[in-house]
Amino acid sequence: METEFTPYASLGGGLLIGLAAVMLMATLGRIFGATGLLAGFIQPDSSSEFSWRAALLAGMVSGPALYLAFTGNWPDIQVPVSTPMLALGGLIVGLGVTYGAGCTSGHGVCGMARLSPRSIVATLSFMAGTAATVYVIRHVIGG
Amino acid sequence: MKKHIAIYLIGLIFGLGISISGMANPAKVINFFDVAGTWDPSLIFVMGGAVTVAFIGYRIVFRQPSPLWGKGFSLPGTRQIDARLIGGSLVFGIGWGIAGFCPGGALPALGTGRTEVIIFVVALVAGILLAKQLQKLTARKKPEAARA
Repeated sequence: METEFTPYASLGGGLLIGLAAVMLMATLGRIFGATGLLAGFIQPDSSSEFSWRAALLAGMVSGPALYLAFTGNWPDIQVPVSTPMLALGGLIVGLGVTYGAGCTSGHGVCGMARLSPRSIVATLSFMAGTAATVYVIRHVIGG
Repeated sequence: MKKHIAIYLIGLIFGLGISISGMANPAKVINFFDVAGTWDPSLIFVMGGAVTVAFIGYRIVFRQPSPLWGKGFSLPGTRQIDARLIGGSLVFGIGWGIAGFCPGGALPALGTGRTEVIIFVVALVAGILLAKQLQKLTARKKPEAARA
């Protein structure tokens, strides 16, 4: 499935993601990592740790509706993946991000911006894993 | 309450950014990695934009003695680069390549109410809980390895 090259929208979205990460550090002193956020939300250590995560998650989930208000359309979500593979992928992502202690936002954005060697290694590792998997699915199995 | 509204707005900025960027769109994510096929390099602009802003912004923020509403900055203390970090990240990459959603893309996408996103996030939560259980089990068996 072809998708349109959108450098300006993607750059604009990226700037907002970076801005949110900086604002969370400036206010709460926290890394904006979706993995840690979700893990702490489903298994909170205390009520104060739960409440800020709940507020942040509520804001994140409201993002597409704000996009709808601005543009008149929901953001594009095209899923060229079957339901069983989607569930399998989700399970594998959950295992991987827990052991790897972060994902695209925590390691890929916040960690890279801090020049954390751990995050740089993690980011290179998951990018390599994703690229290899897409290649195998599309060009070895699917090809 | 005021703090929570501010935190909500920070989440909203992130969620809007994800919506605009294309990170919530599995077709676009998978195409980014499909250099040998229907390649769409858009997502390099997402990473580039986000990392640049965070790189500059963090440097300004870290000049302050503490965050606005906290005692200190909670930065990851671990510095070790080990098999767990690399293996876990590789596994995450495999899952990302299969599904096309990452956690930071999928959580805001929940707001669209799309069934595919809900299926992915439910499986994601199950994977996190499973990994936590596995970590507890292995930590009990090998207390020394867990401490490292």
